[in-house]
Amino acid sequence: MGFLSVVANGLSMGAIYGLIALGLTLIFGIMKIINFAQGALLMLSMMISYWLWAATGLSPYVLIIIVAPIMFVVGYLCERVLIKPVLDAQKDVREPVSVLLLTAALAIVLENLALMVFGADYVMAKTSFSDVTLAFGPVTVSAARFYGLIIALVVAGLFYLFLMYSQTGRNLRATGQDRNAASLMGIDITRTYAIAFGIGTALLSVAAVALIPFYYIHPSVGQVFMTKAFIVVVLGGLGSVPGALLGGIIIGLIESIAAQYMTATLTVILVYAVFLLVLFTKPSGIFGSPYEW
Amino acid sequence: MKMLTVKGIDSGYGDITVLKDITLSIEEGEVISIVGANGAGKTTLLNTISGIIRPKSGEIWLDNQRIDKLPAHKITELGIVQVPEGRRIFPLMTVYENLLIGSSLPRAKSKREENLEYVFDLLPRLAERKDQVGRTMSGGEQQMLAIGRALMAMPRLLMLDEPSMGLSPLLVNTVFDVISKIGEQNITVLLVEQNVKKAMRLSQRSYVLENGYFSMEGSSEELLNNPHIKKAYLGL
Repeated sequence: MGFLSVVANGLSMGAIYGLIALGLTLIFGIMKIINFAQGALLMLSMMISYWLWAATGLSPYVLIIIVAPIMFVVGYLCERVLIKPVLDAQKDVREPVSVLLLTAALAIVLENLALMVFGADYVMAKTSFSDVTLAFGPVTVSAARFYGLIIALVVAGLFYLFLMYSQTGRNLRATGQDRNAASLMGIDITRTYAIAFGIGTALLSVAAVALIPFYYIHPSVGQVFMTKAFIVVVLGGLGSVPGALLGGIIIGLIESIAAQYMTATLTVILVYAVFLLVLFTKPSGIFGSPYEW
Repeated sequence: MKMLTVKGIDSGYGDITVLKDITLSIEEGEVISIVGANGAGKTTLLNTISGIIRPKSGEIWLDNQRIDKLPAHKITELGIVQVPEGRRIFPLMTVYENLLIGSSLPRAKSKREENLEYVFDLLPRLAERKDQVGRTMSGGEQQMLAIGRALMAMPRLLMLDEPSMGLSPLLVNTVFDVISKIGEQNITVLLVEQNVKKAMRLSQRSYVLENGYFSMEGSSEELLNNPHIKKAYLGL
């Protein structure tokens, strides 16, 4: 594979990492909660998308219109039913630790439920374009990855516009910047939190449909992406939207380029090495700042 | 007509009671001030009225509605809007965005353009700095923004928590001018201040808060001439 093709593949995987990290960074930026269930919720999105694809035969990308609302509701209810009571009990704590444990527990429950319902098999949505390769001059890239890249970039762009220019987006940012001042201005914080969690989860559904045509689905698939999403958000700056996307692309590129010169296990070490380097030189991440939203 | 009535509230944080048996009432259209030293409980009182802190006992009424169990955003919706201590503007948003947040309530949203005009007219500096990011502004400008943002929410009762804190004497005068203009606009004002002299000159009635209870209350004019006030707060 030519170098440019390697870069293209890295970009596409990186943009999907970025999308997953975007949800994590959104939830952290607004609620100051690290969502350990992000990976498991991605797995759930992939399972639902796969199941809908198998049942309807529609293109996975069309399924976004069904899976995204489903996952929004799942996230919204998770916040309302599980997280809110714990958060209320610790309402004077800026970064509540017990919620962290709760989301970690949610991840374990979801993964084991998936194991029970779907079994431990590896499945993939073998679509008509799953084995197709696109060529742009000297650059060749798998069709599924290329479409994934486009979808990830478009959704990240739309999400950014939503956050910057819609009233709900503005209210989300205000809540992230100063929770008490936001509620003094009439913003319903409880509702805003649930919306933030819902959107953070809905973003995963987009990553899920982008992944299923070329990535195997199994109950612990979320763990792979979870670890990377953590590296990505810390690299880009926890709470930063452009940081999440850029961090994702950096990790994606390192993985795919390094894999040309060394074994896959070594590329993982390289990813962590870069991660450590950023932590040592700029601990707040590339786009990190004391307050971010 | 009585607008806000606070009946015997105790309030504080966790096991610590800061306010003891506070009773207070405000008439429609009045400008009143609550003065007191650092740590007397002024901010706690405003945050209790705003619904950020729940009172441990007692009642708070707005007109004929009991509000001490309502969440903060509902209280803002009813027209009690606070300009918090230390301004608390949204630091990464522009002046314009901050003002939009102020008018995100349905009640205020429909009159956004009118209110924007009113705020820019009252605080021309904000119009000049419309696209500047909040945290890059000076303390005085941030205070203007915090007041403007609260006015965008169309308050019936505007509560200001130490608006003169940390400002130069010149800016303090500007801020007090703005507050007295707001008071003439049919908006009821509750001003909390450490600058006793200025606050009492601006208001019709005053309450003196000491260690969590009201030690004195009455017409601001009389209080300004009270020997204890003169000695303890005015340094005369």
